[in-house]
Amino acid sequence: MKHLTEYRNLEATKSYLNLIEKTVTKPWKIMEICGGQTHGLVRNGILDLLPEKVQMIHGPGCPVCVTPLNLIDKAIELLEQGVIVCSFGDMIRVPGSKKSLLEAKSDGGDLRILYSPIEAVKIARNNPDKEVVFFAVGFETTAPANALSVLHAQKEGLKNYSILVSHVLVPPAMEAILDDEFCNINAFLGAGHVCAIMGYKAYYPLAKKYKIPIVITGFEPLDLVQGIYMAVKQLEAGIHEVENQYARVVKEEGNLAAIRVINQVFEIGAREWRGLGEIPDSGYVLTQQFQAFDAELKFGISHIKVPENPNCIAGEILRGIKKPHQCNQFGKLCTPSNPLGAPMVSSEGACAAYYHFSSNI
Amino acid sequence: MNREAFGFESIQLGHGSGGLMTRDLLDKIVFKTFSNPFLDQKHDGSIVSFNNRIAISTDSFVVSPIFFKGGNIGELAVHGTVNDVAMCGAIPKYLSLAFIVEEGLKIDEFVSIVDSIKKAADDSGVQIITGDTKVVERGKGDKIFINTTGFGEVNPNANISSENIKVGDKILLNGFIAQHGMAIMSEREGLEFESSIESDTTNLNYLVNDLINEFGNKIHLFRDPTRGGVASVLSEISQDINKGVTIYEDYIPLEKQVAAACEILGLDPLYVANEGVFMVIVDDSIHKEVLNFMQKDLKGQNAAYIGEITQDHPGKVVMQSTIGGKRIVSPLIGEQLPRIC
Repeated sequence: MKHLTEYRNLEATKSYLNLIEKTVTKPWKIMEICGGQTHGLVRNGILDLLPEKVQMIHGPGCPVCVTPLNLIDKAIELLEQGVIVCSFGDMIRVPGSKKSLLEAKSDGGDLRILYSPIEAVKIARNNPDKEVVFFAVGFETTAPANALSVLHAQKEGLKNYSILVSHVLVPPAMEAILDDEFCNINAFLGAGHVCAIMGYKAYYPLAKKYKIPIVITGFEPLDLVQGIYMAVKQLEAGIHEVENQYARVVKEEGNLAAIRVINQVFEIGAREWRGLGEIPDSGYVLTQQFQAFDAELKFGISHIKVPENPNCIAGEILRGIKKPHQCNQFGKLCTPSNPLGAPMVSSEGACAAYYHFSSNI
Repeated sequence: MNREAFGFESIQLGHGSGGLMTRDLLDKIVFKTFSNPFLDQKHDGSIVSFNNRIAISTDSFVVSPIFFKGGNIGELAVHGTVNDVAMCGAIPKYLSLAFIVEEGLKIDEFVSIVDSIKKAADDSGVQIITGDTKVVERGKGDKIFINTTGFGEVNPNANISSENIKVGDKILLNGFIAQHGMAIMSEREGLEFESSIESDTTNLNYLVNDLINEFGNKIHLFRDPTRGGVASVLSEISQDINKGVTIYEDYIPLEKQVAAACEILGLDPLYVANEGVFMVIVDDSIHKEVLNFMQKDLKGQNAAYIGEITQDHPGKVVMQSTIGGKRIVSPLIGEQLPRIC
């Protein structure tokens, strides 16, 4: 735990908060991309410790939150067809158009909560007479393990394993946010774990084109305040560079072995984002060679399309245009026990983070 | 107990029929193990007397897996109910014991659970005075479910009620949190997570009773934060009494390995289940003495002061983080779900 307690040190955190206070002269809006960072900011009470001039805007980097409604309905359809569906934990309570995966489970669906897709391959191996699907959601961070599961299944010759892919990429989402006419973001905290996989070369053209500082940042309190300080320093100096606060984990070129595995199994294609709509070249799809592992094709469920809940403003939340408490439904019709949309479900979701950790202290 | 001694390798539907097979199971295992003057009457129920007010608590145990590091479902079924009775300020005396067994449970597993129940009951000073055994078809249960109901005599010195809690009262915990939940997590299928974390399941009735005898009505409330963890119990209390609760992240007793496991699995230890932990809310004037008293006991040696009752933010629990920030600690909704990344 040494490497964690060091980054939760009161004195060091305070010293960076002081530096931010001393440096800031103008109001700035900084978006943290990753839901894990939102969680860290709120859980540690950092938002209240920042000077008023520094406002954090919560970005679209919660994988659960940006997974479109129809993907959840597709996973539920698979459960109802008798398929064993394996999923990461926080996906299962997100409401689909009629119910959540958890409700589909209590209706008799065989849903397994896993920490690793490799476990799903094991389940496929042990249940040769059943079909097994892993719900492959997430950003670049979860892509290597999901790709690896496909490679393992292929190597073992497993015909009963496939994945329901909803992989999205961070840089296109950042660009979509910057292109939005309502965009008011001055700087980004880049998502540390995504960059641990992919590196951060892709951000150079973004920083240059939009004249916006991007600081690759970690998740502990000290990481976050240091990242914010680095962004504020750039903003105050009028520069816009890509900096790496999270150097103990992130290398410029990323994790080459992981990237190799991703490129073997996936290629870049169009993806629908909850709240952002379809963005070209914004996600991963299985390559031609691995289409036998595509659950959508295998089970003929590509046609399932459902509209988003009109009462949920997840889109505006995810683009940073509105804060959760500015939603009329927040804490009323929409609560973690009865969520209207995904940001209220996932512990990384901005709405849930606000609901759990910060209302009216 | 083996096949030769019992005649079957596993529990059959017939063992719940009420006929000769049931009699055989009870005589050879249950009555033999728990023999006492109440049970030996082999009547439909037992007649007991109490001298004071009595506290009654019931609980059902459905844990999976039924054997885990640090214990099994049997001792859990005793400790859980004994502790609930103790939290009322009572001295647990008697337990009822009801099994719902899925056919096919191995006899040696059943015997080992029964033996653990006997040991836990003896250690806690309670007698099993009535019980029931049912067997359900394979697939209609999960190996074994146990229900226990506990009866205890209220300590005349006790005045345990959330109504006694006032602003300024201090909140103490007897030891490390989140051990039981993480021990169970580490044995769940599909996690590929190994650790030597052991469940903290134990009886708390003696220490609780000693505290009442020593400090009387200055002790305002006992609660054991089992499912839902410390966070859920504190949220309930603050809402019940409509006062605020402030706790300090740095003061929460959390063993390193458990903290690391929670980090890896993305779980918040405040919401993880405990089985050998109790929270005590005491008058501000005695909290240091209570802490010292607890720390001298084996079951309170890691006791800690974690926070207090406040006028501010009524109905809400606020935690001051290590770095000096504040956040709301809300009650658990459904099961705690691990995060994606």
